[in-house]
Amino acid sequence: MGFIGETIDSIKSIQIRQVLSQAVSLGMIVTSALIIWKALMCITGSESPVVVVLSGSMEPGFKRGDILFLHMSKDPIRAGEIVVFNVDGREIPIVHRVIKVHERQDTGEVDVLTKGDNNYGDDRLLYAQGQLWLQRHHIMGRAVGFLPYVGWVTIIMTEKPIIKYILIGALGLLVITSKD
Amino acid sequence: MHSFGYRANALLTVAVTILALMCAIASLSDNFNSPTPSAQVQVLNINWFQKHQDGNDEISLTLNISANLQSLFTWNTKQVFVFLAAEYETPMNSLNQVSLWDGIIPAKEHAKFWIHTSNKYRFIDQGSNLRGKDFNLTLHWHVMPKTGKMFADKIVMSGYRLPQDYR
Repeated sequence: MGFIGETIDSIKSIQIRQVLSQAVSLGMIVTSALIIWKALMCITGSESPVVVVLSGSMEPGFKRGDILFLHMSKDPIRAGEIVVFNVDGREIPIVHRVIKVHERQDTGEVDVLTKGDNNYGDDRLLYAQGQLWLQRHHIMGRAVGFLPYVGWVTIIMTEKPIIKYILIGALGLLVITSKD
Repeated sequence: MHSFGYRANALLTVAVTILALMCAIASLSDNFNSPTPSAQVQVLNINWFQKHQDGNDEISLTLNISANLQSLFTWNTKQVFVFLAAEYETPMNSLNQVSLWDGIIPAKEHAKFWIHTSNKYRFIDQGSNLRGKDFNLTLHWHVMPKTGKMFADKIVMSGYRLPQDYR
């Protein structure tokens, strides 16, 4: 009887160890992703160091699903730069090019007008009612780098949540069933 | 150890790593290109020049822009965005940049061009400072890569002056 009892104990202890090590490795994956994201935030100085292009307003330069790397330095904003900005009353940030800059002599504040390369007119229609210019605090960062297509992953996941759940489920199943 | 899932995972990891490495190398190779662009701009005509009711000056110009930007193109170049901006200083503003014309150059064959145009975007000052104003015309370009880092530079052309009177 002692033999059987020992075997059961050993199986139980192995399972607990496996579950623990799986939980730890899962935690490692999640935390390392978080570390990378936060480190990017520190390096670039931008709230969201990477953005996905959602509209075709900058085509053919940036297409839907492309990824932009942002940088937010203290350098003044100049015409021609591609900036990401938030407009009051709109949740989704916009990626457009600066076409006009007026920088104050005394305070150094800027008035900025933007336009999408593929749009016919400037962005005053997109701004809040009566707003003629963007100020510094509207701007989240300027685009410095570009990677095509990668953003489609997030677009698909946000627009087709079923795929997201299937993916998460499959990954979870893989983690639970893996014997390594 | 040699299950299907394990092999698929290894293959995917290698593929993504190599792709990322190739993108990085492609972007780095842009640094070996030292471009020698050239540009000339003439102001052919002042179409009209007036003061709005809100006190801002606005002017309409006819421009002749010729440029050769072919040396900006490398194998990692998707397009070059080029624009001409009027830049000047006023008592209120230390810098005013007003884009007058822009264009997208999709390929090297189109990078040597000349264009005869009136200003595409309105040339409006913040205030009434444009009479007799000296200003620079600056041709800026933004090189958009197929992947990687974006480059920008400019040619400043100085010595332009707006007329003394509204017309």
